[in-house]
Amino acid sequence: MKTIFRSMGMAALILAGFSVVGAGLVAVTYTSTKDIIAKAQQAALETSLNQLVPADRYDNRVVEDAIEVVAPEWLGTNQPVTVYRARKNGQPVALFATPYAPDGYSGPIQLLIGVYADGTLAGVRVLAHKETPGLGDGIDEKRSPWILAFAGKSLENPPLERWKVKKDGGAFDQFTGATVTPRAVVKATRQFLEYVQTHQEALFVKAKG
Amino acid sequence: MIEVSYRQILQNGVWTQNTGLVALLGLCPLLATSNSVVNGLSLGLATTLVLLMCNVAISLIRPLVRPEVRIPVFVVVIACAVTAVELAMHAFLPGLYTVLGIFIPLIVTNCCVIGRAEAFAFKNGVAKSAVDGIATGLGFMLALVLLGAIREVLGQGTLFSQAELLFGEWGTSLTLHLIPDYRGFLLAILPPGAFIGLGCLIAIKNVIDARTQRQVAARPATALMTAGS
Repeated sequence: MKTIFRSMGMAALILAGFSVVGAGLVAVTYTSTKDIIAKAQQAALETSLNQLVPADRYDNRVVEDAIEVVAPEWLGTNQPVTVYRARKNGQPVALFATPYAPDGYSGPIQLLIGVYADGTLAGVRVLAHKETPGLGDGIDEKRSPWILAFAGKSLENPPLERWKVKKDGGAFDQFTGATVTPRAVVKATRQFLEYVQTHQEALFVKAKG
Repeated sequence: MIEVSYRQILQNGVWTQNTGLVALLGLCPLLATSNSVVNGLSLGLATTLVLLMCNVAISLIRPLVRPEVRIPVFVVVIACAVTAVELAMHAFLPGLYTVLGIFIPLIVTNCCVIGRAEAFAFKNGVAKSAVDGIATGLGFMLALVLLGAIREVLGQGTLFSQAELLFGEWGTSLTLHLIPDYRGFLLAILPPGAFIGLGCLIAIKNVIDARTQRQVAARPATALMTAGS
């Protein structure tokens, strides 16, 4: 009996020892890569923001000038969405956010939308989607230039009632065999523009002072 | 216990007992990430690294581990190695991490890692375990790259697209557009294409094996015949 407990204890000790050493190793790796990962993420974010608004149009650290907003009816998600603000000499230039188009063909589509302070679109990009390859994935900039057509558009151009795909009597192309996906993206973009228009001042409020 | 030579370890890992094509372990990552050569190669490299780390670690701690708790200890070692590789990849290859992101933690579930730990590293020395890890990883990578090449050529008409994610800027020039203005063949990119492609690869390997076996069987006979005449 005693020997059984002895060997059980030994086995438990060995396992505990390995768990502690293993957790320690993971902790060391985590702390030594944490800053590099954060920097890489910021750099990736900056690169995609600069695709929409050229870096010489603003002079603040956009990735640090951010607020979080919750607006499910406008942004397609119950989760807080981060809004980044670009400024030059303290004046608002543009803002960026990553709202969702909740009614994609196979689940929500995450967008990155940039809007200039005057309400025109700097551009739209797709960050994450699960649309059908070869059909709905034309919204991805890598697959087709469709999404680039949003740049320069605003709620007046085309007029609000034409913010639809052509099949629904609007101004935006759909894809052959895929209407649901572009319809969802157009709707989400329009909603975001309306959200910015109605909340502009609040969205540009400075974080400090 | 029968001692295996390094040559045998390499041959077993890369060909005779290939994880992807013979043992059919790790099908989930194999089928999911083999839609292009670069994806396959990247996951192959990550898996090889994990296999090497785990095999070396497990063969080193052999004297410390009691057989009753060896499996939980393997799990701890593998989980640590995979987490370390994942964090390193996130830090140093962020572009690739966004493409392969969810499949890196899934290396944990690749049965071939714990399989090699149990079947080989726990019974052999450090050097041989290291070679076994590399050989098994190379075998898995071979399957991934071949399947990735088939699916990428059929599906998109390209080879090595997005190589810049793995190799940096100069990788862009590696991309080959084999078929200009190719409309794409959806089936090859979608999951069914992965299953069909894997089936074809296994069939091809079996044909090659059968042929070599026949040649080996035929050789002594011809030797006898020439001796007799």
